[in-house]
Amino acid sequence: MGETPHRSADAGTGGTRVTQSHEWPAGASARVAEAPVSTRSPGGTGLGGGGALPRNRKFGAERAFRGLTMAAGTTVLVIIVAIAAFLIAKAIPALRANTASFWTFEGWFPNDNPPTFGIGALAFGTVLTAALALLMAVPVAMGIALFLSHYAPRRLGNALGFLIDLLAAVPSVVFGLWGRDYLIGPVSDLSVWLNKYFSWIPIFGGDGPYGNSILLGSLVLAIMILPIVTSLTREVFLQTPTANEEAAIALGATRWEMLRTAVLPYGRPGIIAAVMLGLGRALGETIALALTLGSTYAISFNVLESGGNTIAANIANRFAEANDTGRGALIASGLVLFAITLIVNIIARAIIYRRREFTESAA
Amino acid sequence: MAKRVSASNVTAYYGGFKAIENINLTVEPKTVTALIGPSGCGKSTFLRSINRMHEVLPGARVEGSLTIDDQDIYDRDVDVTAVRRTIGMVFQRPNPFPTMSIFENVVAGLKLNGVRKKSILEDAAEKALRAANLWGEVKDRLAKPGAGLSGGQQQRLCIARTIAVEPQVVLMDEPCSALDPISTLAIEDLMFQLKDKFTIIIVTHNMQQAARVSDRTAFFSIEKTGDPGRLIEYDNTQKIFSNPSVKKTEDYITGRFG
Ligand SMILES: Nc1ncnc2c1ncn2[C@@H]1O[C@H](COP(=O)(O)OP(=O)(O)OP(=O)(O)O)[C@@H](O)[C@H]1O
Ligand SMILES: [Mg+2]
Repeated sequence: MGETPHRSADAGTGGTRVTQSHEWPAGASARVAEAPVSTRSPGGTGLGGGGALPRNRKFGAERAFRGLTMAAGTTVLVIIVAIAAFLIAKAIPALRANTASFWTFEGWFPNDNPPTFGIGALAFGTVLTAALALLMAVPVAMGIALFLSHYAPRRLGNALGFLIDLLAAVPSVVFGLWGRDYLIGPVSDLSVWLNKYFSWIPIFGGDGPYGNSILLGSLVLAIMILPIVTSLTREVFLQTPTANEEAAIALGATRWEMLRTAVLPYGRPGIIAAVMLGLGRALGETIALALTLGSTYAISFNVLESGGNTIAANIANRFAEANDTGRGALIASGLVLFAITLIVNIIARAIIYRRREFTESAA
Repeated sequence: MAKRVSASNVTAYYGGFKAIENINLTVEPKTVTALIGPSGCGKSTFLRSINRMHEVLPGARVEGSLTIDDQDIYDRDVDVTAVRRTIGMVFQRPNPFPTMSIFENVVAGLKLNGVRKKSILEDAAEKALRAANLWGEVKDRLAKPGAGLSGGQQQRLCIARTIAVEPQVVLMDEPCSALDPISTLAIEDLMFQLKDKFTIIIVTHNMQQAARVSDRTAFFSIEKTGDPGRLIEYDNTQKIFSNPSVKKTEDYITGRFG
């Protein structure tokens, strides 16, 4: 039965769609829209009839709408600037008061006198848990997405797709509690086993205790980002032009080869975008990690031993007890998290941009 | 390098809908055969059943027997992918892989066959592009995206991609319908050259084209909408266009219906 998905045989190639989306400058559609308004002027001589052309309107729905969108855009900008200014103003005094190195000190005692705190271990933990979560989630997500889009019968695919979208709606505190109270058991057992046989690999070393480890945290994170990455990549895979899939099949490709030659390369920018969204969620995830990680302040690649911490989890865990300097310190850490997310996004854009010559003619 | 294609009692379905019924025809090696007929009479369906692309659609199936040089391509033991490598296909709309360069497009089929050596791929690409009359136009920009070519160039690129794997039979489904007259002529010239090596079967709505390029012409038609398409007449192109034996064929080629 079907080797290609369930669409008509002559859906277009990618080529034609681009020209449309690229050749219209932003304002073009707006200008087109004005024409019918003018011809409807009372007493007009009919469509395209004789007489002088009606004058361009000074105040119309068009202008009002443009003003409205502009106002909305400006408001957003103002709010962002205001927030940034507020955060920076709060962070600076705390950073001034810090007697340890903000970048390298492994510890978080902003409430002490003199205050000492460092972001290094937190930033490291944030990136490590998020990277591990991606490493575990992305291959699985893409496998599921390919199955749903190209192997499963259409109905099954749609039903499972819906279920996965539902999973994405589960609040993260539920995942966190589940990880803390249930998943910790199997993960501890797995950790003991890994440590027994693979302790020669540094990340599996150490002598316990196991449980509230980076492994548990990133596993919970992986499960949390799985739905969003799956559902986005599934959409991406479904958008491959049938014409390209058929081209591959007609060259004698098996289904997997067809996926490799036509579907995966075509979906590349979309896959990267999906992974980045997943990464964004993983980097910013707060409560699930606050509940599952061991909250220590050390830079260590060991993923089995209890420990690990992230910027967001640290904010959640320490905000209640924080004094003025403590809050400033946490805000400063938040700014670093913001910077990390920004850098990650810039890298993603750069990757997409690098092959833009190809993807533009594709998408 | 060219094989005889024989269809006997080929009937094809889309789910419960019978699109063509009992098609019998034999295409000799190294000839061009044109399939003509009104829209919806099952030309594409028949063409797609020759390289087993028909069954790719969910619910679609083929009955009857189709052989190339006496080998049944619908035999249970036959590897479908081998059938499709032996019987290449060019589609109506140019469909180069948008993410690949011109070079990568041409060698895509070879790579699927496990050819990895750069020198072999380069030689094959040049050979195929020359055969497709495209080499001169693209030799300086092989690394550029295939989708950046003009429509006619893209279609010739697709032809190059198809013949790069050295098939025995080349199927073309209205390969010129999206092209301008100049590109169309370029592709028609190409067909003349290609029939030295391949058996070519082409679907076309263009009577002049059928008359110009083909040795034999098959006329398909349907009684009325919902009926399966049938082969009405199959003969030398000259005969079909000058003195058809069936009234319906004459009506069609003189433009009285369809
Ligand atoms: N994917 C499909 N699913 C269901 N029915 C189909 C499908 N493709 C074609 N058909 C039907 O099968 C019949 C034959 O279609 P086919 O595409 O083979 O005609 P054609 O002769 O190639 O027409 P045209 O000249 O317009 O390309 C038509 O009635 C058509 O509606
Ligand atoms: Mg057709």
